[in-house]
Amino acid sequence: MNTLVPLSFFLIVSTAMFFIGIWGFIIRRNLITILMSVELILNSVNLNFVVFNRILFPDHFQGLFFSLFVVAIAAAEASVAIAIIINIYRRFSTIEVDSVNEMKY
Amino acid sequence: MGLTTNIWMFGLFSAIIIVFSFMTIFSRRILRAAVSLLFVLVATAGLYFMLDYQFMAGVQLTLYAGGIVVLIIFSILLTSTINQKFPKAPAKYLILGGITAVFGGGISIYTILHHSFTASANPAIPTNMKAIGTQLLSTGVNGYALPFEVISILLLAAMIAAIVIAKKVI
Repeated sequence: MNTLVPLSFFLIVSTAMFFIGIWGFIIRRNLITILMSVELILNSVNLNFVVFNRILFPDHFQGLFFSLFVVAIAAAEASVAIAIIINIYRRFSTIEVDSVNEMKY
Repeated sequence: MGLTTNIWMFGLFSAIIIVFSFMTIFSRRILRAAVSLLFVLVATAGLYFMLDYQFMAGVQLTLYAGGIVVLIIFSILLTSTINQKFPKAPAKYLILGGITAVFGGGISIYTILHHSFTASANPAIPTNMKAIGTQLLSTGVNGYALPFEVISILLLAAMIAAIVIAKKVI
């Protein structure tokens, strides 16, 4: 067990990935790049669950299974989001969020 | 594999993750951003291998790196022209997002470094495929058969919904 890298190293990497994802979420105006930022955030959360499971509670599998279900839900979310993006592109010929604001106000 | 080797491997993977995460959000060509996201996901699978969770790493490689990134690249090819460069992000968003990221990340990392995590004292269980599969499909205590079935229904519903949404209205 002493060959595992310390817990805080993993947590720092996943924190960095999470906040880079939030940064991208704020600066990007394109629906697909926003979706990619969301994938970064989900990935960092997955990493956190698995690392806590493996290093702090190696007598359970809960974190591993939670990450598996998160991956499955991310797949469902990506497929529905891309269907919506294609539909938006067909109607507006663009996927910039600033141009698709008909439902605002 | 000693601890030193593991730390070097960990440093390699985390450097790949952080550099390509930045390239994912700052690259102004959308296909390069998607390929950078692919590198981030593959390096995360490497971290799962280092934690002895081979099954999770395999799921990450096939579903995330193989499935979702291919889906994203398909939608990029369907909706935008490849050679188009994004305009630069407005400086206001860059600064506000940077402040959010730096302060949030700083507070989180400060908390991580000053909190003492207490590990469970129980002995570790094996992480091979047999133990994972038995627990995933068991209906007893600590079994995950019900969430497994629910997630399969959810995936079916999402696939049907995606087809219905993206279908051309005649």
